[in-house]
Amino acid sequence: MIDMILLYDFALFAQKAGLIVVVFAITLGVAAYSTYGERKIAAFLQDRLGPSNAGPWGLLQPIADGVKMFTKEDFIPNKSERWIYILAPGAFIFVALMTSAVIPWGTRLTLFGMDLDLQVTDINIGILYIMGFVSLGVYGIMLGGWASNNKYSLYGAIRASSQMISYELAMGLSLIAVIMLSGSLSLRTIVDQQTGFGWNVLYQPLGFILFFVCALAECNRAPFDMAECETELIGGYHTEYSSMKLGFFLFAEYINMFISCTVISSLYFGGYHFPGIDPNWLGGLMGPIVLFSKIFFFIFVFMWIRWTLPRFRYDQLMHLGWKSLIPLAILNMLLTGAGVLLFEG
Amino acid sequence: MQLTQRSKQVVHKEMTFMERIYLPAILKGMFTTLKHFFRRTNTLSYPKEHREFAPVYRGWHVLKRDEQGRENCTACGLCAVACPAEAITMEAAEREKGDEHLYREEKYAAVYEINMLRCIFCGLCEEACPKEAIFLTDRIVPSDYVRQEFIFGKDMLVEGVEPEKRIDVTKRQRHLVEHK
Repeated sequence: MIDMILLYDFALFAQKAGLIVVVFAITLGVAAYSTYGERKIAAFLQDRLGPSNAGPWGLLQPIADGVKMFTKEDFIPNKSERWIYILAPGAFIFVALMTSAVIPWGTRLTLFGMDLDLQVTDINIGILYIMGFVSLGVYGIMLGGWASNNKYSLYGAIRASSQMISYELAMGLSLIAVIMLSGSLSLRTIVDQQTGFGWNVLYQPLGFILFFVCALAECNRAPFDMAECETELIGGYHTEYSSMKLGFFLFAEYINMFISCTVISSLYFGGYHFPGIDPNWLGGLMGPIVLFSKIFFFIFVFMWIRWTLPRFRYDQLMHLGWKSLIPLAILNMLLTGAGVLLFEG
Repeated sequence: MQLTQRSKQVVHKEMTFMERIYLPAILKGMFTTLKHFFRRTNTLSYPKEHREFAPVYRGWHVLKRDEQGRENCTACGLCAVACPAEAITMEAAEREKGDEHLYREEKYAAVYEINMLRCIFCGLCEEACPKEAIFLTDRIVPSDYVRQEFIFGKDMLVEGVEPEKRIDVTKRQRHLVEHK
């Protein structure tokens, strides 16, 4: 009997471990190729060619970049807080990688007669977990900026933390409206409620726009890239970083973007559901395919926005966050509450 | 009082509601960039691809030989005088006995140097040349790391004797004749 339980536990453990490794690899792969995509999209939007020398169409560019990052001199400033300085990039990328644990990538995958759950863990506070980890992300930036002992790094870190804290409020408030509609914090439940054309974006257009703007700000992406803003702060919080420590920071930002796009797709665009397509097709592989097409579309939109809009000034950023987005988010919440009471009560 | 008609009155116009919510302007801008996304690029991957030169392109000079492979240049110095950038220097020498197959006339340039960093590729040297010895060609002066390397001597300027090493300047010649 005990053997049976152990065997079952081991099977579950192996299944989950495999899924974690796969999700980890896919996350890193997507993040790596986001850098390539970013450069290609930037080039196309500016009538250029972009990376084209490493491999066909420059497809090996991320690998070349990785090799470059690893072989660069790993420089630590003399008067930095040495251990915090080393810890910060690790903390940042750790937090970025943790969020993918609760995302449902698809329904179930039937592989070699086995039934695999395409979600690492379906905790009933999934979206809260993501929000929690996202808000921890500011520590990586703050620690890195502080430990560098450089005024530009510190400026970048302070800007980043105040920006993330401000926009998290509006983000959380627009999220509450979705949760009021779905009545659950579990991402699996939220996604499964959006079958067919029942995408949340149709019920929450304002909430979606708010969430999207806040996601841009949370990822420190243009037009809200206050933390880096090359023209003012050199490199922002990672001015003093070099080699793979810098690589970790840049990588984590792309991972954050990937996760943001996943969360947007799951919350507002039905995750792995698409009208007329059953996520169980192809042995359950159709779900992830649908979800990833949505994710890649949103990654493209993120980059498209970055290469279109100029950066906000810092006071404009705060003005937009506190005086526009938060009141709108509260209004959206009230309207949703009224709607829920009227139509479902 | 207005001195010119160019000055503009500054207007502090209140933004309308549509302007204040940014979104229409943002969508407009994004549409603009999207149009560029599908536009053909003008970039040329240079060392792999070359853009076609005009027939009258003025690049790397050549010192021509005649049909028998003798250098045309007699070191008269007219090109050096004509050169507005003072890029050309030369040293003349008398042709030795037995060198008749190398130099066309009794005087020749023992040293002929063009400083490619001074040269402005105006083409006045070829206009000044009475012997049709110097021409500008459609070859690009190769890049280098050291300034000294840009002082091109006869080894870099005189064309080869062999027919396959001759450099075609007929297009340039035609242009010079037409514009003289």
